[in-house]
Amino acid sequence: MILRVSDRACVISRSVRLKSTLTSFFDEMGKGIIIKSASTGIFENLALEDWIHDHVDLQNRNILLLWRNSPAVVIGRHQNPWQECNLPLMRRLGIPLARRRSGGGTVFHDIGNINMTFFTSKKKYNRHRNLTVVTNALKELRPNLDVNSTDRFDILLNGHYKISGTAAKLGRTAAYHHCTLLCSVDRSLLSSVLKSNNSQVIKSNATPSVPSPVKNLLDLDPSLDTDTVMEAIASQYKKEFGFATPVITVDPTHESLMPGVHKMTQDVLTWEWVYGKTPKFSVCTSLVVDGVNITLDMDIKNGKVDRCDIGIPDGWLPLEIVNEFTSKLNGSRCCPRETAVLVAAFIRTNSLAADIAEKIHRLCEGVTSVM
Amino acid sequence: MMAAVITVRGPFSFVRRLVSARLHKHCCSRVQAACLAYRPHSYSLTAGQQHRFFRTSYAAAGPIMQFKLSDIGEGIMEVTVKEWYVKVGDKVSQFDSICEVQSDKASVTITSRYDGIIRKLYYDIDSIAHVGKPLVDIETEAGQVEGPQEDVVETPAMSQEDHTHQEIKGHKTQATPAVRRLATENNIKLSEVVATGKDGRILKEDILNFIARQTGAILPPAFQEIRPPPPAPAVPSTPAAKPKTTAPSIPTPVVAKPVFTGKDHTEPVKGFQKAMVKTMSSALKIPHFGYCDEVDLTQLVRLRSELKRLSESRGMKLSYMPFFMKAASLGLLHFPVLNASLDENCTNITYKAAHNIGLAMDTTQGLLVPNVKNVQMLSIFEIAVELNRLQTLGASGQLGASDLTGGTFTLSNIGSIGGTYAKPVILPPEVAIGALGKMQVLPRFNSKGDLVKAHIMNVSWSADHRIIDGATMCRFSNMWRSYLENPASMVLDLK
Repeated sequence: MILRVSDRACVISRSVRLKSTLTSFFDEMGKGIIIKSASTGIFENLALEDWIHDHVDLQNRNILLLWRNSPAVVIGRHQNPWQECNLPLMRRLGIPLARRRSGGGTVFHDIGNINMTFFTSKKKYNRHRNLTVVTNALKELRPNLDVNSTDRFDILLNGHYKISGTAAKLGRTAAYHHCTLLCSVDRSLLSSVLKSNNSQVIKSNATPSVPSPVKNLLDLDPSLDTDTVMEAIASQYKKEFGFATPVITVDPTHESLMPGVHKMTQDVLTWEWVYGKTPKFSVCTSLVVDGVNITLDMDIKNGKVDRCDIGIPDGWLPLEIVNEFTSKLNGSRCCPRETAVLVAAFIRTNSLAADIAEKIHRLCEGVTSVM
Repeated sequence: MMAAVITVRGPFSFVRRLVSARLHKHCCSRVQAACLAYRPHSYSLTAGQQHRFFRTSYAAAGPIMQFKLSDIGEGIMEVTVKEWYVKVGDKVSQFDSICEVQSDKASVTITSRYDGIIRKLYYDIDSIAHVGKPLVDIETEAGQVEGPQEDVVETPAMSQEDHTHQEIKGHKTQATPAVRRLATENNIKLSEVVATGKDGRILKEDILNFIARQTGAILPPAFQEIRPPPPAPAVPSTPAAKPKTTAPSIPTPVVAKPVFTGKDHTEPVKGFQKAMVKTMSSALKIPHFGYCDEVDLTQLVRLRSELKRLSESRGMKLSYMPFFMKAASLGLLHFPVLNASLDENCTNITYKAAHNIGLAMDTTQGLLVPNVKNVQMLSIFEIAVELNRLQTLGASGQLGASDLTGGTFTLSNIGSIGGTYAKPVILPPEVAIGALGKMQVLPRFNSKGDLVKAHIMNVSWSADHRIIDGATMCRFSNMWRSYLENPASMVLDLK
């Protein structure tokens, strides 16, 4: 399929028409298309979603995108990662954090989770219809399976376990609704990564996630693996939307097929998007540092420290050192690495006595423990 | 008093005309009233007033359109405003994003219907917005293509729009009316133009670039007013001028200048960059002197290859850096002034006991210098283990402040990226630093006078000339060099 598209790309470039070649390919395909992503990179797949939403004409067309990712945590557009997940654990395990453009709550993806994105025009946006495709597909595979969608757009197994969550994004003329489906996800990793140690000390208006008990389809029936389920969903989608063209696989890094997709991947990777888009919040806590009680009160705006007040017991550290320390943090990212670098530069450039430098180190550790 | 604008779902052009038709009537009557009451330099738009003012301000005063929140679908009547992309006074174009609202797991981007200037935002962040109620006020430009002036002759305006809307195979091309007019005037199909704007929008520059490419150097006369005028002829022709030798009938071709739309981008210095600025500004106070030398690492290369398998069996890749660091530490035992620190007023030198040798690390964020503590106590293998730990942490962004501070001497392996000689900057409060160039295989003469292959690396030292003199640096470097050129001698002095 990709080869066919490449031939067309040659023809098109010769006549100096630089239309996006995947779009023109879709133009030939008709009213229903199913795409599978060839990548398991979360940022590439999110960029692919964005690209299709922005560049493909969806007024008379329905597209389903099937994708899976290697382990990643994905938060909703207006959520607070410090509140939603265990960032220190994720850094240790090398699990990336991504922010999607749709609303909703935080999810954990790994290769045992199927993601489905239903693209339609804004007028034809209908989440219940899409979820029915999924539940019907599962019932086709296992007629006795107790799966139903709720009015919160979740899919519950046996009326109790959440196996799918939903989020949606509406633009000017088009919309997409995507949801997850737990087939064979690492559940212990899921629960440890989606639990933040700092949620108690954070005050924010960000959209909170609603935790639910989860289960894998595979736990119920070992034959319900991701490939089987994806195939069932694809055929049910074709039935529901009335077309028969085969599934095509698309590589989201193919810039000539999808001009602009590389930049979209970069955009969704940046710190400014993933962390900087967090609605403003404040952190208010007391820490034990070097045997003494320190109070920490920070306002974080756009992911950066907007105001930082540290309360120390009298005489533990000279007041002007503490004030200089907090002023260094102002405007810096709420990020342990950046704070460590700033504190290191601070210690380097101010000749401090050894014991004071040591206390500053401990203080820095305390502050970064909430980041 | 608000205009009764109905949210009609239908062809965009119809709605726009409907809105503008109604407003036009209001405009006329209001403008007259406003003119009478107009006083220069006095704006009286108080907060909370719901009716529109028409001020004759610096911008072309057009009608203020109340942009209402349109239907989201699924029967949703309320949404939460989550983020504003614009503020009062911003200029927006049609289709620019205005704000992001959220409802029940759906995030919706609201885009502008008009070109103009934002005059009022009706909601704060996190407040509930209602479908059908005003979201923003946009002051549209007077004389806009679809402005109220065109209402008088409605039918031709509509047909012109249809022609310029240009849907090709269902792929709607987005362009502002001004851009569309430009395309129509030059008989260009929008579908053939490469769009460089947001969301695949066609900008004015795209039309101009298209024309430049398609028609070559000569532009139709319609363009002369947009382009900067061609350079005036060198000699202005006066009636009494001597007859020119060149025939005046051949027009000079106007070379289309490619339109450069790049803009300067300024941002505050923050984070990593700020830390580096602070450190290096402080380093400026140190009077640096440099000293460079060449080291023959042929024997070390041999030694390392012999040890490689043993090291890998212990699960560690052995590089040359542990050898460089250990040799430096052995040298520092003899020249402790290089492992010292000078206080603020240059009144006291502190000779540091521990050799905490820093390693300059290049990360995606920039320069980080973690250090290996107490190299004087570690074996080469232990140094390798510690370096590995620091490199892993550095790559994943997990280096802590304690790894990044406390260094007493630094080595920079810039040669791993490239280069031979360098002029490294000392990191305060240290007093010396060495930069290692890349290792090259070069021809050299051995003691017998034969030409042999040698593994040569250059080292560039910088030291604080307030407490270190050239001779000391030279002797330290010689010692360091001799350990590396003859690794067996290290064995004698290893602690």
